[in-house]
Amino acid sequence: MAVMNVNPTRMVLSQLKKQLNTARRGHKLLKDKRDELMRQFLDTVRENERLRRQVEESIADAHRHFVLASAVMSREAMQGALLAPKQEVTLQTSSRNVMSVDIPVFTTETRTSKPSDIYSYGLAFTSFELDDAVLRLAETLPDLLRLAEVEKAAQLMAAEIEKTRRRVNALEHVMIPRLEETIRYITMKLEESDRSSRTRLMKVKDMMLEKARESRGNP
Amino acid sequence: MDKIAVMGDLESVQGFAALGLDIYPYDGAEEAAAVFRRLAGGEYGIIFLTEEAYALLERDIRRLEETLTPAVIPIPGVRGNTGIGRRLLSEAVERAVGSDILFS
Repeated sequence: MAVMNVNPTRMVLSQLKKQLNTARRGHKLLKDKRDELMRQFLDTVRENERLRRQVEESIADAHRHFVLASAVMSREAMQGALLAPKQEVTLQTSSRNVMSVDIPVFTTETRTSKPSDIYSYGLAFTSFELDDAVLRLAETLPDLLRLAEVEKAAQLMAAEIEKTRRRVNALEHVMIPRLEETIRYITMKLEESDRSSRTRLMKVKDMMLEKARESRGNP
Repeated sequence: MDKIAVMGDLESVQGFAALGLDIYPYDGAEEAAAVFRRLAGGEYGIIFLTEEAYALLERDIRRLEETLTPAVIPIPGVRGNTGIGRRLLSEAVERAVGSDILFS
């Protein structure tokens, strides 16, 4: 690992030591964040998988009923029956913070509270298969909303984990080793200059003693 | 106050209309892109797409991946399940963990 391009002075040394401390602390925190996020992410993904399987199954089931219904009803009659809904669903979006990741929370409100309002048609002229199909879909709706929540959460968390992982790795494998290396380099450089100035002083002292002795010898 | 949109071919989405969700049927890829852009910029908190529509619009959808809303969720259409949902999930896992440890 390359040594940073700095002046080997005491000042820089103490600065770098401070930096190294901060880097270590940040690394530890980010690592904890990554681990906790990962744990929650895996829970979310498992729930996501279960919900998705469930939802896909029931929607496929509802589609089967729709196909049966469309076999006995004309296309126009079916659209006439379905496309003028009595019910209306509105959505409240809020967010929840999980380890600094905002994930959405959806709650729904229906305009009317009667469960039979999902049937937007009179029962006299439509096939009973259509009722079944619509009922299946209505039953899936809560799961579908939960799936939306969970799936979005999984995406957002995956992105955050990726970022955090990069940061952790950058600190662990680049920043911290580089700081350590530079600190070692500066310490060695300082010790070296210390030694060299000491030997120089000893040498100078020797020379001065020599001179003093000479001048005392022949005044 | 947000709403929920369901987008796809008419046969796949007409049932959701009865439940009170807003449905957006489309014809052809160009119209799909235009419709989706309108939905994404609008008042919708969740957009459900049939898997066919999802495959068609994947590039537009990716851009919404890191925003809080709308959540864009693929659901199977009448022509059945293509496994896109599962693929997305394993992609997310791969992105977070570095390799797919759940469904390999």
